[in-house]
Amino acid sequence: MLEKATITIDGKKIQARYGQTVLQAARENGIYIPVLCDHPALPPEGACRICLVEIERQRTLQPACTFPVSEGLVIHTRSPKVIEARKFSLELLISDHPLDCMTCEATGNCLLQDLAYEYGITGDRFQGEKHQYPIDASNPFIVVDRNKCILCRRCVRACAYINGVEAISVFYRGFNAYIGFGADSTMQDSPCEFCGSCVEVCPTGALWPKMAFGRGRPYQLQKIQTVCTYCGVGCQIELQVRDNRIVNVFGVENAPVNHGFTCVKGRFGNDFVHHADRLTKPRVRKYLLESGKRDGKDRGEWVEVDWDTALEIVSRKLVETRDTYGSDATGVLTSAKCTNEENYLMNKLARQIIGTNNIDHCARL
Amino acid sequence: MGKVLNLEDLKEIKAKAVSLLATRGVCADPLVKVVNGKADVLICGGTGCVASSSRDVREALVTEIKKQGLQEEVRVILTGCHGFCAKGPLVVVYPQEILYCQVKVSDAPRIVSETIVNKQIIEDLIYKDPQSQEQFPVYHEIPFYRNQLRLSLRNCGLINPEDIREYIARNGYIALGTVLEQMKPQEVIEIIKDSGLRGRGGAGFTTGIKWEITQRSPAKPKYLVCNADEGDPGAFMDRSILEGDPHSVIEGMIIAGYAIGADAGYIYCRAEYPLAIQRIKIALSQAYEYGFLGKNILGSNFSFDIYLREGAGAFVCGEETALLASVEGRRGEPRPRPPFPSIAGLWSKPTNVNNVKTYGLVPQIILHGADWFRSFGTKNSPGTATFALTGKINNIGLIEVPMGITLREIIYDLGGGIPKGKAFKAVQTGGPLGGCLPTEALDTPVDFDSLVQAGATMGSGGMIVVDEDTCMVEFAKYFLTFASAESCGKCVPCRIGGRRLLEVLTRISNGEGKPEDLDEIEYISNNMKEASLCALGQLTPGPVMASLRFFRPEYEAHIYEKKCPAKVCKGLITYRVIEENCTGCMVCKRNCPANAISGEKREVHYIDPNICERCGICIEVCKFDAILIE
Ligand SMILES: Cc1cc2nc3c(=O)[nH]c(=O)nc-3n(C[C@H](O)[C@H](O)[C@H](O)COP(=O)(O)O)c2cc1C
Ligand code: SF4
Ligand code: SF4
Ligand code: SF4
Ligand code: FES
Repeated sequence: MLEKATITIDGKKIQARYGQTVLQAARENGIYIPVLCDHPALPPEGACRICLVEIERQRTLQPACTFPVSEGLVIHTRSPKVIEARKFSLELLISDHPLDCMTCEATGNCLLQDLAYEYGITGDRFQGEKHQYPIDASNPFIVVDRNKCILCRRCVRACAYINGVEAISVFYRGFNAYIGFGADSTMQDSPCEFCGSCVEVCPTGALWPKMAFGRGRPYQLQKIQTVCTYCGVGCQIELQVRDNRIVNVFGVENAPVNHGFTCVKGRFGNDFVHHADRLTKPRVRKYLLESGKRDGKDRGEWVEVDWDTALEIVSRKLVETRDTYGSDATGVLTSAKCTNEENYLMNKLARQIIGTNNIDHCARL
Repeated sequence: MGKVLNLEDLKEIKAKAVSLLATRGVCADPLVKVVNGKADVLICGGTGCVASSSRDVREALVTEIKKQGLQEEVRVILTGCHGFCAKGPLVVVYPQEILYCQVKVSDAPRIVSETIVNKQIIEDLIYKDPQSQEQFPVYHEIPFYRNQLRLSLRNCGLINPEDIREYIARNGYIALGTVLEQMKPQEVIEIIKDSGLRGRGGAGFTTGIKWEITQRSPAKPKYLVCNADEGDPGAFMDRSILEGDPHSVIEGMIIAGYAIGADAGYIYCRAEYPLAIQRIKIALSQAYEYGFLGKNILGSNFSFDIYLREGAGAFVCGEETALLASVEGRRGEPRPRPPFPSIAGLWSKPTNVNNVKTYGLVPQIILHGADWFRSFGTKNSPGTATFALTGKINNIGLIEVPMGITLREIIYDLGGGIPKGKAFKAVQTGGPLGGCLPTEALDTPVDFDSLVQAGATMGSGGMIVVDEDTCMVEFAKYFLTFASAESCGKCVPCRIGGRRLLEVLTRISNGEGKPEDLDEIEYISNNMKEASLCALGQLTPGPVMASLRFFRPEYEAHIYEKKCPAKVCKGLITYRVIEENCTGCMVCKRNCPANAISGEKREVHYIDPNICERCGICIEVCKFDAILIE
């Protein structure tokens, strides 16, 4: 599969490899070919026809995202025929699209919009029937607006290949085809786990996080790359933040651990961040700061302290317990929210400092 | 019946089976004489004739024969389609080979007493040429059959498709035996290559080359698929073969499996063909019983299985990659090629996909040789073409003709011309993805390349003839409506483009066409052709493009003059009473379903164009030619 093939793209001879697609070879050599249905994390589909290129000796235009490289291919990525065909597909997509970009959540973060801009598509080329689908907002996380769907099937593939759930598929055919969930139920009633992988890859506003509605344009949001706090996998996520509040969460596309995807918690389970009940500073029982003696059964009230004070109390108590009752009087339970490194350190603390094997991990959340 | 262990045993079985066909005088073996005093009555059990109650006719004949005590001498056999469906139910009485048309249950006693017992012809049941009024009692002499060359259909209507022995009597499975005992896989491929056989599924790809690519493809196991989806409306060639001669297809598949090195084959047949499915099932179980399928076929080292898969009736599932997805249990949608199925097909393994007729021709090519096959048809399209002939033509039915025959010969010699003395206008070949050809193209030879050159396609074999009363805009719209509804919806140009094209055509036929619409048709069509993923989307504009090319003035009349020259498009016609002719008989008024006609007895009537639904009933019922369309 590593055999080399010499191909020519737009007059430039390049070295490609068997097993690559024309799109991959072009990208590796810095040649831009637009795509819409293709996504680097998903198997190619060849559905949108935006990546069409002219390949000499082929009967019709061919999708760069699926066409395999072979020796001697001569490819034109910007011939008049290619440009016309790309415009044609965009005009068609736009002719069955709401064109409410003004208020659409995806504005500024929409591949269809970007391509329409790039190819100068305004939306008055074809006048014809437009779909009027009801919006599915039946679940707490994701709003489904099929009117904005371009049937690229990225979501179908993400759900099947990334999350392995196959909650999404295409129903009916031709102009009446649409994406649906389960056996054509609402998203809520389908096998969907709300991992949001489909939202991650949707190039338009057809699948959008409910929490983000009306809370800011992409350019009004601050983008903060961080690591999900939920588990030790350490998925990289991008928080989109406005006025110090999380508006939206995306996966970081080229993160080696998660390649842009997360589970339901990392993506949607962030309401605790701004929750009134959330503790943001350490607290200790008041008696620990005073006499250190408890008044009968009453443990007294909590008081906020700084970290040094809190940790000092903890370490003092641990040493006291070990010295008074022996090493095995203490047990350590760590959390899946910690990283591997943190759990490793807790293990060291338990076995080497406290001297006990009573250490376990909550393995799930 | 135990398994047949070698070619010699098979030939012995054949020698015995030949007597089954003795009265029909058609056995491959000329030594067998017609047996005196015996008769075979063949009743067409094809879907068309079954629909016109041929099974009841069969029951009536069986009962009558018993009643007259003839059950020892006379056999009643239900065959596959004879092709002459318009005249069904068809009954052929052998050994005289007399064809009776449109036979009713009540005709059974006459057929037994007069024809079988007294050897008399029943005049009113025999075929009469609608033009010359000439009578043709003998089956193969009627013009519809006389001009045909039946290779694919050679057994259809002649043998009992549910009895493997009758197929064997017609040299069935001898080709398989010969291949397994005497030929290497590569030799089989060479014969098929030399024969020039091109796939009968539409595109006409050279079969031998496809086999060779699949054979050389390194991955294993390999598969074979028989495409029996036949979703083209009005086409029924494949169905007729599967109903009338299923073993020929099965034998062809086994030979192909041997040549390619495949382990298993799938027949993908649409579920709307219950009779074909039933006969495939019967044929498969008989083939297993005789040891033509399964382990160590005919005592050789070659093992092969065939499974049946029923399609759920989507036209696009005839497209090979969609078909493969459907066989695998996924949504039937095409995927981009390359890779072609020969390299990565079923479960990503090398898979050879051929049409029913392609496989069905293989045994005969093996038996008679590549040169024999090349002696029919043209240099680049050897052999025959089968068509479902329909529309405004006298002889509707299934035909098989040598490639290279002209459209004119098919339409006038076999088809018997246009009914009611109307003028021919166009012929559509290639089904809903093909194109129409006008009078000027009638001398086009019918072969893969000439039809494409002329602006149509061979397709899977529908042939629809239309006369002067047909509006070509409406005609194109009909096919476009079908094709765009059958789009799988995967790729943008076909999913939305097909709809937009249909909207333009609808606009034109409603009289709302705009001058720029003809350019719009070309723009959409050209881009659908270039940009669609599969041939469905690429060829959806075909009928529109062809009709625009040959009948442009008709489109222009719709757009500029707001007139439909053929007086068909409802938005552009009005029904009017001719005052001088109207007697005030009130027939039209009584029959109008929309109550659009007013008028008193013996007074001139009036049709209100705002209420009139343009159904045309008034014209049909008026006895005084007092209504016209304008
Ligand atoms: C929309 C569409 C429908 C098709 N339907 C059929 C069909 O019903 N039967 C068939 O044999 N081929 C059909 N084909 C052609 C197949 O894709 C394929 O080319 C054929 O089965 C190959 O067999 P052959 O080489 O024997 O012709 C269809 C193609 C398209 C694009
Ligand atoms: S949220 Fe996850 S599980 Fe649900 S449909 Fe989308 S990809 Fe599938
Ligand atoms: S919902 Fe989004 S990802 Fe899914 S098919 Fe539609 S546009 Fe593509
Ligand atoms: S051309 Fe039509 S039928 Fe073929 S893949 Fe595209 S949408 Fe489906
Ligand atoms: S990106 Fe290649 S067809 Fe959509």
